[in-house]
Amino acid sequence: MGNESLYYRFDVDGENFTSAGEASVQTKRILRRVGFSPDIIKRVSIAMYEGEINMVIHACGGVVELFIEEDKIKIILTDHGPGIENIDLAMQEGYSTAPDNIRSLGFGAGMGLPNMKRYTDSMEIESKVGEGTKITMTVNV
Amino acid sequence: MTVRELVDRTGLTVLVLPDGDHEVSGVYAGDLLSWVMGRAKESQAFVTIMTNINVLAVTALLDLSCVIICEDAEVPPELIRSAEEKGINLLRSDAPEYETCVRLSSVL
Repeated sequence: MGNESLYYRFDVDGENFTSAGEASVQTKRILRRVGFSPDIIKRVSIAMYEGEINMVIHACGGVVELFIEEDKIKIILTDHGPGIENIDLAMQEGYSTAPDNIRSLGFGAGMGLPNMKRYTDSMEIESKVGEGTKITMTVNV
Repeated sequence: MTVRELVDRTGLTVLVLPDGDHEVSGVYAGDLLSWVMGRAKESQAFVTIMTNINVLAVTALLDLSCVIICEDAEVPPELIRSAEEKGINLLRSDAPEYETCVRLSSVL
């Protein structure tokens, strides 16, 4: 790959819960084409999928950006949703503010953010209540 | 054991089997998809009662070997169609999750 870095941008449709996952499925395809190991591909695409689901549940959608660099893959999730009031609490497994109808779809278990952290090497959350949330995750390659 | 062999030995119903040669590494049962995302391992058979489309996204992202829908739950036609398109093996069991897992355990 040399020193090139690749950049992709995906819009996450906030209205369509069932199509959430399109960015991560496409990302999986892209990473496979570039030739990353299955483990790296899995970690990136799962972290991104959880991010997409969060955007649909909480923020009426958002934008996912993917940067493929020489030594790492970076994912930036940006939304203009309600923001996260207490990030420490949100990071706890099992803590969720998702509405009940989301639970009937199998989400809202309070595992999204913890999973994103679990599958990445670094994760940084910037959030302002009433303005939105930006999450930057990296996976070292 | 491949998914096709698993079907032969357990009598699970095939809804679609586009990737029958996928090896089954074990079983993971669960209905909370984020929980499954965090815990299930590659090539496990995914035992669940969930039938929404997100089940397929989780299965694809984790490279699980098949989805087994329990309790003869009604499976929407679009789920079957989408599984076929995505190359995901979709099976159905008439038994509840526990009994389905016991049956799987006896052949794996």
